Amino acid sequence: MITPLLADTTFVEASWVMIVKSLIIFIVILSIVPVVLLAERKLLGRFQQRYGPNRVGPFGALQPLADVGKLLSKQGFRPKGAVPFLYEIAPALSILSAVLVLAILPFGDVQGGVGLYGIDVPIGILYFFAFGALAFYGLLLGGWASGSKYSFLGAMRSAAQLISYELAMGLSLLGVVLMAGSLSLVDIVKAQGEIWYILPQFVGFLIFLTAGFAETNRVPFDLPEADAELVAGYSTEYGGMRFGSYFFAEYMEILVISGITATMYLGGWMGPGPSWLDPIWMLAKMGVVTFFFIWIRATLPRFRYDQLMSFGWKILIPLATLNILVTAILVVVI
Amino acid sequence: MVAVSYEGRTAGEVVAEIEGVAPGITVELEPEQEMMTVNMGPHHPATHGVLRLLVDLEGEVVKDLKPIVGYVHTGIEKSCESMAYWKVIPFVERMDYLSYFFNMQAYCGAVETLTGLEVPRRAQYLRVLHMELNRLHSHLVWLGTTALDIGAMSVYFYCFRDRDRVLDLFEMSTGQRMHTRYFQVGGVAEDIPAGWEAKARELIDVIRKGLSQYEALLDRNEIFLIRTKGIGIVERERLLELGVTGPLLRAAGEPWDLRKEAGYLVYDELDFDVPVGTVGDGYDRYRVRLAEMKESLKIIEQCLDGLPEGPWIADDRKYVLPPRSELSTSMESLIHHFKLVTEGFRVAPGEVYNAIESPRGELGCFVVADGSAKPVRVHFRDPSFVNLQALRDMAIGEYVADLIQTLAMLDPILGGIDR
Repeated sequence: MITPLLADTTFVEASWVMIVKSLIIFIVILSIVPVVLLAERKLLGRFQQRYGPNRVGPFGALQPLADVGKLLSKQGFRPKGAVPFLYEIAPALSILSAVLVLAILPFGDVQGGVGLYGIDVPIGILYFFAFGALAFYGLLLGGWASGSKYSFLGAMRSAAQLISYELAMGLSLLGVVLMAGSLSLVDIVKAQGEIWYILPQFVGFLIFLTAGFAETNRVPFDLPEADAELVAGYSTEYGGMRFGSYFFAEYMEILVISGITATMYLGGWMGPGPSWLDPIWMLAKMGVVTFFFIWIRATLPRFRYDQLMSFGWKILIPLATLNILVTAILVVVI
Repeated sequence: MVAVSYEGRTAGEVVAEIEGVAPGITVELEPEQEMMTVNMGPHHPATHGVLRLLVDLEGEVVKDLKPIVGYVHTGIEKSCESMAYWKVIPFVERMDYLSYFFNMQAYCGAVETLTGLEVPRRAQYLRVLHMELNRLHSHLVWLGTTALDIGAMSVYFYCFRDRDRVLDLFEMSTGQRMHTRYFQVGGVAEDIPAGWEAKARELIDVIRKGLSQYEALLDRNEIFLIRTKGIGIVERERLLELGVTGPLLRAAGEPWDLRKEAGYLVYDELDFDVPVGTVGDGYDRYRVRLAEMKESLKIIEQCLDGLPEGPWIADDRKYVLPPRSELSTSMESLIHHFKLVTEGFRVAPGEVYNAIESPRGELGCFVVADGSAKPVRVHFRDPSFVNLQALRDMAIGEYVADLIQTLAMLDPILGGIDR
């Protein structure tokens, strides 16, 4: 008998449970984004021997709120040369693609008849790629529709970058899929009961993390918005809450990539302690990866466009392919 | 059928030949690829002030570029002509705002040559001390902003932290952090206060430690290396043709340093090396400046060790203000003071060009005197302005990201370019 590659979808819940679950996940993650924002600014401050925000609220805790308040009160400005509809829809697309991936992040196994995740789709990781690929439309359309040369260059860069690094990312995750024998994120976490995949799949982990930096347009791959060259790249012409949306989407993406990293390589919700601690463990692991993102931002310079491309195509993709090959052979042999 | 060779010729020449062979035929050439002209600046985050660059891009590759200056033109040189000699000093400081001690030395040195004033040895040492501290300060700002342009944002903050400690020293000795008006014609305005020397020695250790950290952060960083190595190379001969001086020229292997060549002040008594590069790419420019900072530290140490006692300003009452204590006791001092403050001193007719080595290259000051108390002309040969000519040669054919890197490595100060 052939074992089905896809996980079974026999676990079904009542519709109202699904709605409540999705609301909770959405609200929790949405309120974590400002925390990440604040943490980034505070940590960067520490890395750079300064204080970071410390004026609004206790320890500057209300700074993100003040930022959002400021951005909301700005005029919704659109440059003359912009394409109206696309210019307005693009930031929303960015947020949408990031939010949708939240649905498949598992924060725990089935507990008390309720699965601690949005939905356990059998195609799991493919779903993530589908919406990850959608994310670049937000950047591409926004940059192109702005009608500015800097934005245009930023959009072109983001398109080239996201497409090339999507490949490396997919190939690196295939190793995990081969070992777990399933595409479902829940099954992948369960398969890590003995050993977290960060050890057997260490090369894959590094490739995934590198590609993750590129996917989220973070240093050293922040070329689409390279502030020294392109002013602010694709978001040059954006202001007010439209800019805020891009900003928000970027941090959302970081959380999503952290979540996927934790799920695929760091044993997801697994950790010592009672089972109600599972979501906390998951969030803690996401926090560690997010901290790494911030740390890298404080340390590394930026790649050049052609160097970025050759790094992706000539190093990451062959390495990821080799990684799958070795993994496949080992999985068959052992 | 006409056979026309395209080898090594421009499209225009080919078209002219075709039209010459077959009169009456007009040839229209399709553009090979669409070019995009980007107007970088005057307000762009990486143009280091208000420089404007008209850049022709083919994709991301720079095909042509034209720097446009004049956005902070302040008319300082013209203003100097209506000021008494001693009132010119605070004006010239504000040209190249990161090397104010050098501007002062270029100008004061020129006036001292014209008047034949002898600068006391202690004043010479104090001038060298402050100028080398200024070089540190200027190079630290350069290192920070360059690293920021390449994307390493933390280095920027580290450099500015150290640079602020240099400014603390300036504040202690002169009362101001920037634009200190410390150098006077004939010496320096005041002696350094007690405790300054200890603080300066402390600073040397701090910066030496800091420099090794920045080196570790950048030099062992693969991304920084591939972003700087082999980028923006211009032949040494071409640089000399363009009149480029300073670290840019030295990075290309030409050991030209006016501190050695001209030997002004007490530089010929001090022991320091002139670091030179080999290929003259971005990395060499970075290394040369870093090595220069270490040489500056060496000079500062030697100056602190060998600082002679004595007066810090010349004792010529015709040019130098009398000490304040004498004003209430000596009629003559009061008259001198009055004359100097109201009219200023007169300088015999003549002209002089005084060049020194600023952090950016040869900083020359040309002063023409006509016997009155005001200069007829004060002209500065600012290294930023001359060096900027080389940007086109450096950046053409490079990526737009490297254009920014090259510009940062050029270290232009727009206040010095538009005087």
